[in-house]
Amino acid sequence: MFPVLRIGPAAIQSAGLLLMLGFFFGLSLSERFTRKVGENPGGLTNLILIPALAGLIAARFFFVLEHIALFQKNLAGLVSVDPSLLDPWGGITGAAVAILIYGQRKHLEFWAALDRLTPFLAIMAVGIGLAHIASGQAFGAPISLPWAIELWGVKRQPSQFYETAGALAILILLWRQFGAIGVPGMLFLKFAALTSGLVVFLSAFRGDSTLVLGTFRQDQLLALGVLGLALFLLEIRALPGKSEEVANSGTTNRH
Amino acid sequence: MQTVNRRGLYLAILLLGVAWTVYSRPLAGSTTSGQIPAPQVGFLAPSFTLTDLHGQTVSLSDYQGKVVLLNFWASWCPPCRAEMPAIQQVYQSYQERGLDVLAINVSNQDTPRAMQDFLGTFAHSYPILLDTNGEVGRLYAVNSLPTTFFIGRDGIIQELVFGGPLTVAGLSNRVEALLQEKP
Repeated sequence: MFPVLRIGPAAIQSAGLLLMLGFFFGLSLSERFTRKVGENPGGLTNLILIPALAGLIAARFFFVLEHIALFQKNLAGLVSVDPSLLDPWGGITGAAVAILIYGQRKHLEFWAALDRLTPFLAIMAVGIGLAHIASGQAFGAPISLPWAIELWGVKRQPSQFYETAGALAILILLWRQFGAIGVPGMLFLKFAALTSGLVVFLSAFRGDSTLVLGTFRQDQLLALGVLGLALFLLEIRALPGKSEEVANSGTTNRH
Repeated sequence: MQTVNRRGLYLAILLLGVAWTVYSRPLAGSTTSGQIPAPQVGFLAPSFTLTDLHGQTVSLSDYQGKVVLLNFWASWCPPCRAEMPAIQQVYQSYQERGLDVLAINVSNQDTPRAMQDFLGTFAHSYPILLDTNGEVGRLYAVNSLPTTFFIGRDGIIQELVFGGPLTVAGLSNRVEALLQEKP
């Protein structure tokens, strides 16, 4: 686990670096597959970058509104890169509004756009796993198995390695479907179902889970909800009639 | 795949997920988080004893029940220099409510002259501790400067920030949250 990489006088947070690499690899992979199905990847890039930027600005804006007293005498804090000065729900709201406005203006088809984003999300999932390996976060429960890793003073489940391997397996499993045209939304829903299923399974090996409702792991309960929703939507989208959308799915942002 | 088979498969997957969630519930005390010392969020802050600028011995254990901001710094490190006045400002604002600041100078990578020259450029009222052989830096796995640990009243590390400079707003936000927690 190497949370900080020292290159000469510079100290780089390795987790942040890996997430950034994941972001750019994921984006370029999504663009590549979007081009492969004959669509304009420019719209997709904007669909990721515009909400990301809008989310960031909204997260800081709402945080400042909530904690105005902190900034009254310290205006430098307004432009600080400190992530603790962001309001997550404000950010999510800002990003969602940006997606809605951008999607409406560009006439993006919802399910087809999610399919085009799936390679990006699959790469980011691998990036998050690697970032956890680098930082030591999302660590495993103490255990005395031969493959346990020594971390934070105790032999633990190598949960970060499980997470990365699982995300990589999902990426490989879905790879052939990235550039294919099928019922819109199926690719994204398969990714959501597989990833949430993975979280349900692997959270059991974590040693840092937040517990809710007595002794249930919060991550597992949330992932179960996502898994149920994804399977339900997979079933709905697989019903006869949805295949007619296949012919129209390629029209997303071709202009 | 036929619709009925598919629905059965989806239902089986979901039921399996529910069963696994129930089966894999963590047993009480199965996590070591918060029980053993490690320089990581969720763990007990490792204990140490150092001397301050006046030769007085200071131990982390002296600050039990208080919120502690543990800052590793050196005089040659520009972000360290930039954030220390902000730390002082926050210390003054929250000291009465239970905040303590321990600023550990990584003296094995600094010189007494440069450190004193820098400390003379601003007023500070919190203790400056001298990690002369780098032992505490190693104990806290400090790889970059500044590195700041926010320790709760229960002695558990609640947040760890690599790099800086931290602003008054960023520091106050974290300290406020920790001060509101019950011991």
